[in-house]
Amino acid sequence: MNERVPHHWKGFAMAITDQSNPSNEQLLFLFERMKLIRLMEERLRSDAAAGKLPGAVHLYIGQEAVAAGVCANLRETDWITSTHRGHGHFLAKGGDPKAMMAEIWGKRTGICKGMGGSMHVADLSKGILGANGIVGGGFAIATGAALTAKLSNNGRVAVAFFGDGAANQGVFMECLNVSTLWQLPLVFVCEYNHFCEFTPTVTVTAGEIADRAKAFKIPCEIVDGNDVLAVWRAAAKAIEWARSGKGPAFIEARTYRIQGHLEAEDLFLAGGKYREKQEIEEWRKRDPVTRFSEHLLSTKVCTTSQLDDISAKIARTVEDAVKFAEASEPADPELTFDVMFAGQKP
Amino acid sequence: MARKRYIQAINEALFEEMERDPKVILFGEDVELAIFGDTRGLLERFGRNRIRKTPICEATLAGMAVGAAATGYRVVFHMMFSNFIYTGFDAIANQMAKLRLMTGGQIELPITVIAGYGGGRSTAAQHSDTPHPVLMNLGGLNVLVPATPADAKGLLKQAIRGNNPTFFLEASGRGGDSGEVPDGDFTVPFGKAAIVREGADVTIVAIGSMLKPALSAAEKLHSSGIDAEVIDPRTLVPLDEEAILRSVRKTGRAIIADEARDRCSAASHIAAIIADKAFEWLKAPVKRVTVPDVSMPYAPNAELRALPGDEQIASTAAECMHAHAR
Repeated sequence: MNERVPHHWKGFAMAITDQSNPSNEQLLFLFERMKLIRLMEERLRSDAAAGKLPGAVHLYIGQEAVAAGVCANLRETDWITSTHRGHGHFLAKGGDPKAMMAEIWGKRTGICKGMGGSMHVADLSKGILGANGIVGGGFAIATGAALTAKLSNNGRVAVAFFGDGAANQGVFMECLNVSTLWQLPLVFVCEYNHFCEFTPTVTVTAGEIADRAKAFKIPCEIVDGNDVLAVWRAAAKAIEWARSGKGPAFIEARTYRIQGHLEAEDLFLAGGKYREKQEIEEWRKRDPVTRFSEHLLSTKVCTTSQLDDISAKIARTVEDAVKFAEASEPADPELTFDVMFAGQKP
Repeated sequence: MARKRYIQAINEALFEEMERDPKVILFGEDVELAIFGDTRGLLERFGRNRIRKTPICEATLAGMAVGAAATGYRVVFHMMFSNFIYTGFDAIANQMAKLRLMTGGQIELPITVIAGYGGGRSTAAQHSDTPHPVLMNLGGLNVLVPATPADAKGLLKQAIRGNNPTFFLEASGRGGDSGEVPDGDFTVPFGKAAIVREGADVTIVAIGSMLKPALSAAEKLHSSGIDAEVIDPRTLVPLDEEAILRSVRKTGRAIIADEARDRCSAASHIAAIIADKAFEWLKAPVKRVTVPDVSMPYAPNAELRALPGDEQIASTAAECMHAHAR
């Protein structure tokens, strides 16, 4: 019902055509990252339902292939900006699961010391400029980061993750313009998850989102966002394009938001609905984590018991993160006053 | 010391700070042509990597300032007219003012935003606002309102060297005003008011563009035997409360002149602080001389009616002298 297939899409040919496949080691790394995101998110879902988390969480379940496939092509020194659905990007870019979990629990050991919460997980040391509670809030920040990368000539790139909802914000067009004009090393990654909060995207979006980038002659690729290898290959090309100084690139990853806009959304919806259960079930059949594990087995990259071992290891990581968060001291309320300004009281 | 124009002092500060630190970059609409005069000559000296004219897209430019500052540069973002703060407001209010707190202090944002404010030149409602109240209310921004060329230069240099997002609001149309500017490298600290004129009877707190009419009002009051003290806070965030309170405790009377609209203005904020912390010294109600809660009209006579001037400041001060506490 909410699916939309571009009817005339040809795409731009990218200059980089070398699409060497990831090594077995890289494949298992991709699986680990996806699994980590999935298990962290599932734990957040149950902890949210149990009322253990102080604030809302917007879960990334079903979209793991996008963050994992893109970030596997980035260096630690590259920059990303993320969205309100940002846990996956944080983890995929190498953010610490414990520090993220503690942040969401509102603890002083959190990556932002409990000052930001789920919607603002950030780790500058890993190039994570932050999840962002404003839809479209990351575009311009990423563009600014890409500008300094260009000015410094340091070979860094910036990736702006955003959703189909954010594509209707005016700053999207502004940043397409500026980044093209100045040939900034910026990769736009649109995660088309079919929903703008509680509204199906097709009901509020004219034309194709990728066409908006195409209008600026930015190289574009639309990929199956539930196929981590497709994302990985597109990202490898796009990031190389940007890094080599050719200007911005654009990826639209078609995926699906399995969870609601936020957990406990049923309370808001009060019986109202914006999608059919059947649609969710259809997309579950294309689950990116399951698909990728099946691929790894069928191509004999690894055995079932190897995958089980990885999953068990990740489950322990998640358990450790929760224990760490639970046992940590609550945030320091006085810190609020110390971190408003650098070296100055509010 | 040398006599310099306000806009020239700003220009010098930009030259000196860009010379001093190669990480300082400046961008904004039309900055290469320097229509205000304050960015004149910078392109020729520092080149297009550091001085960049931009498309008209304040929402993006404000966000880019955040991204560029978070990734290691010192950004001067020239917004031209301060009404354009509103078109860039999401990134200002939701990102610039909040990112440091939200990241638990991980991010420093050395950003200086320059914008011209105020009426008096028939630029009509969308080019005449004095928007410091909305900026003050955000909590995470410094707000500077230099009234003299010396303060403009010293505060701008301090802002560019600082590590916090700072709005440097220059009074539009007063760029030609001149004053003595110290020679050599100097800065003016934030949160330190200037006692511009000493007096014993009434304190006039004059914000930014109101300093000139306040001093003229003080002259008028002097000729009718009233000795006014004039204080220029110079920075609204941080605010030198103590200097204002010290003066009010001495004079027992306070009026605040502010070109912002009255409701929730800097004047009303300062009035509340005085009422709160100097109540027992007051001999008269605290008065505000501000722009009424209207948009700035175009016609010169209508604009004059809305803008506070020296006569209104003087008559309000005289009123305070005749008030009697019960």
